[in-house]
Amino acid sequence: MLDALGALPGMRVAEPGEFTRRAFANGRIDLTEAEGLADLLEAETESQRRAALRNADGGLRCQVEAWREEVLTLSARAEAAIDYVGDEDETGADQRALADEALVLAGDLAEWLARPRTEALKDGIRVVAAGPPNTGKSSLINSLTGNDRAIVTSVAGTTRDVIEVPLAIGGVPFVLVDTAGLRSSEDEIEQIGVARAEAEARRADILLWLGEPGDAPDHGGLIKIHSRADLPGRELAPGGGIAVSSTTGAGVSDLVDQLIRRARYILPAEDQVTLNRRQAVCLAGAEIALRDAAVGKIEIIADALRRARESFDRITGRSGVDDMLDALFGRFCLGK
Amino acid sequence: MLDVLVIGAGHAGCEAAAAAARRGARVGLITFRTEDIGQMSCNPSIGGVGKGHLVRELDVFDGLMARASDKAAIHRRMLNRSKGSAVHGPRVQADRRLYQSAIWAAIAESEIELIVGEANILLLDGDRVAGVCLADGDEIRARAVVIATGTFLDAKLFCGLEQVRGGRRDEQAAIPLAQQLREWGIAQGRLKTGTPPRLDGRTIDWARLTPQPSDQEAWSMSALASADTSPQLACAITRTNAATHDIIRANFDQSPLFAGAIEGRGPRYCPSIEDKIRRFSDRDGHQIFLEPEGLTSQLVYPNGISTSLPTEVQQSFVNSIFGLERATIITPGYAVEYEYADARKLGTTLEHHCVRGVWLAGQINGTTGYEEAAAQGLAAGLNAAAAAIDLEPYRFDRHTSYIGVMIDDLTLQGVTEPYRMMTARAEHRLSLRADNATTRLGNDALPMGVSAERRVQIESHFAARQSLYWAETQEGKADAMYAPYVARQDREWEALHRDRTIAIPAGLDFDAVPGLSNEAVERLRAARPETIDQASRIAGITPAALAALHFASVRRAA
Repeated sequence: MLDALGALPGMRVAEPGEFTRRAFANGRIDLTEAEGLADLLEAETESQRRAALRNADGGLRCQVEAWREEVLTLSARAEAAIDYVGDEDETGADQRALADEALVLAGDLAEWLARPRTEALKDGIRVVAAGPPNTGKSSLINSLTGNDRAIVTSVAGTTRDVIEVPLAIGGVPFVLVDTAGLRSSEDEIEQIGVARAEAEARRADILLWLGEPGDAPDHGGLIKIHSRADLPGRELAPGGGIAVSSTTGAGVSDLVDQLIRRARYILPAEDQVTLNRRQAVCLAGAEIALRDAAVGKIEIIADALRRARESFDRITGRSGVDDMLDALFGRFCLGK
Repeated sequence: MLDVLVIGAGHAGCEAAAAAARRGARVGLITFRTEDIGQMSCNPSIGGVGKGHLVRELDVFDGLMARASDKAAIHRRMLNRSKGSAVHGPRVQADRRLYQSAIWAAIAESEIELIVGEANILLLDGDRVAGVCLADGDEIRARAVVIATGTFLDAKLFCGLEQVRGGRRDEQAAIPLAQQLREWGIAQGRLKTGTPPRLDGRTIDWARLTPQPSDQEAWSMSALASADTSPQLACAITRTNAATHDIIRANFDQSPLFAGAIEGRGPRYCPSIEDKIRRFSDRDGHQIFLEPEGLTSQLVYPNGISTSLPTEVQQSFVNSIFGLERATIITPGYAVEYEYADARKLGTTLEHHCVRGVWLAGQINGTTGYEEAAAQGLAAGLNAAAAAIDLEPYRFDRHTSYIGVMIDDLTLQGVTEPYRMMTARAEHRLSLRADNATTRLGNDALPMGVSAERRVQIESHFAARQSLYWAETQEGKADAMYAPYVARQDREWEALHRDRTIAIPAGLDFDAVPGLSNEAVERLRAARPETIDQASRIAGITPAALAALHFASVRRAA
């Protein structure tokens, strides 16, 4: 039937995302809503779906609108004080008050920026297994995924590159990452693998360390694994670690519980509107701009507010100095 | 055969004629009456915040306005003095007669040919405008025509419900020319502006009012300061009160604005007193500045009560104001409604896209204010001369001047209300200061036919910048204070500029660009952006539309 329809003049199948793009181009939805829709289409887990829906529904747009409105009001006050000096009784803006309000808003934005990002939900929480060669990293990944997706042999240094396994555990998206064992090697290819493994360890949301507890790298999401707990003499983990046996499956469920518990701190809360990386970069731009208001000179405050306005406009994809002028003339009786 | 013919000898026309003459063109200047040359039709002041920046910029090119206002200044105020120098606004009260005689003298000293008459019809040679036919039938041929008719195109004056034709009180309007410009699609709509009544200064109770003295510190509008300064007068401040507002409110039905007689939109930033009272009914008073019109004139301009109410109502509300209880009105205030052109049909040289050989400058492009008009006159004059005698065009850039900001705004966005310069419009405000105009524009001005005296001033300014003492000068200190902010703005600007210098092919069919909404297509067609950078500043052009346009331009170029 599609073929028959496609043969009609002026008829064709819509390109992927075409309706969303048109809705945005025609101003029916803003950029945050378009991004929410795109995420919704890609959502694989329940929590991803709910988060995407919140943005597609205008959750972030409303928040950005509120900030933008606040900045517009502050801007109008600053601009009136600059461009309408004759009207002192109207525009005797207190520069200190303006600066303080801008800084409070900057603090607000900073709080938002510290929150979990959309990507953690969308791309999954990165759980990286790291440690010296042959400590059972690949086996551990396999017992978590439930099938033999990482290649495991008893020859040290088999995993030469990084292997990623995305999966949902208890409705939470994870990406399990298996890395090359960390050791100094003469083998050039293995060296590259080791460098990548180190980079992966740094990027990890949760780092599973399978080496000696004392050698564990400094990492905010560290979990020490006492692997091969089935071997005689290794039944008990030293303090703070989890004893796991990939062969018998002992301790794996403890680890899973631990992962899900940690995920709660990394993922946005159920009812939270989230920012993606692009939105966070724009918001950070607004925050940095607003910090300039601390200088306290009116023209620099006004410039800080202008740049903050532009940053918000980049989040939602709106534009224009006209909104500020509307705020200016709507609020103040200016001009002679 | 003239090179450049300028219609209208107001602030835009005089600057256009003088700029074209400086570039070496043979110039004619048409005016209804010689006594109207360089007339200040409304308030007796030049400059201000944003406007003062424009005056300082045109001074670098040897424009007339800065030196004429120095010669006529009877009161000077550096607005925003307590704030940073980026937003200082030099403003003077000018004696009307002295100002006009300074402009007269400048025109008389030049080679400009004055033509008294009414420009009725533009003459065509093929598809180019080639001159003007006057009302008396005389034909004047020229390679380039600058139209600077201000508020005179099919103009109507309103005082109460009475209407008369005219561009200014007791003067005629340009009706046949308006007709032709409308037929050609140049004129396209109506705007409105207004002026307050003029009071007899001898009937004002100055002793009870708060005086506003002139600045103690000496400064000048022009970098070529004139030696002869007039005595400085004080202004005074008073305000409207509840009784004033009651009188005005009771007569709303007599206002042509509210009765619907005026269709043109007025400026929000310069509202009439009846507008202020209607829109801000909670305010219990509005400030009025009483500005003397000159050393030898008794007229006082009450800045803040522009009105088109009937004369008796004006008299009655004026007398309700503190200090004006016995004041008499010499000429009543009125509103003027006039035809204006869609500046989006102009290129950045102010030449019309569709009707070649025509440049438009001043209030005809939808601006208000002497300074805005004069600055456009400068741009149009420099470029009309360039086209006529085969020189390089000169384009003002919004990154380096307020004139560039204004021309970019006008030619890309057009106007929906009279356009006034405000520093809020300039994103590079911290580097576009009134004190560094020579630094910003000096090198651009040198090849534009500036005087020997100006050349020396510009060159010595650049030499001074190299000296050890520069850091101690006002401009040097301001440079240092704003340096970190300006450096960041420059980085931002360069980043944007890299991405956006991509030219949009001249004949690009916006309809055929996939992903553009109908609204975006319409806006692009009206504004005719030359680059992606310009397109990005058109109101309503979303990042999505920009991306589509970017893609189409690159693909066409490949």
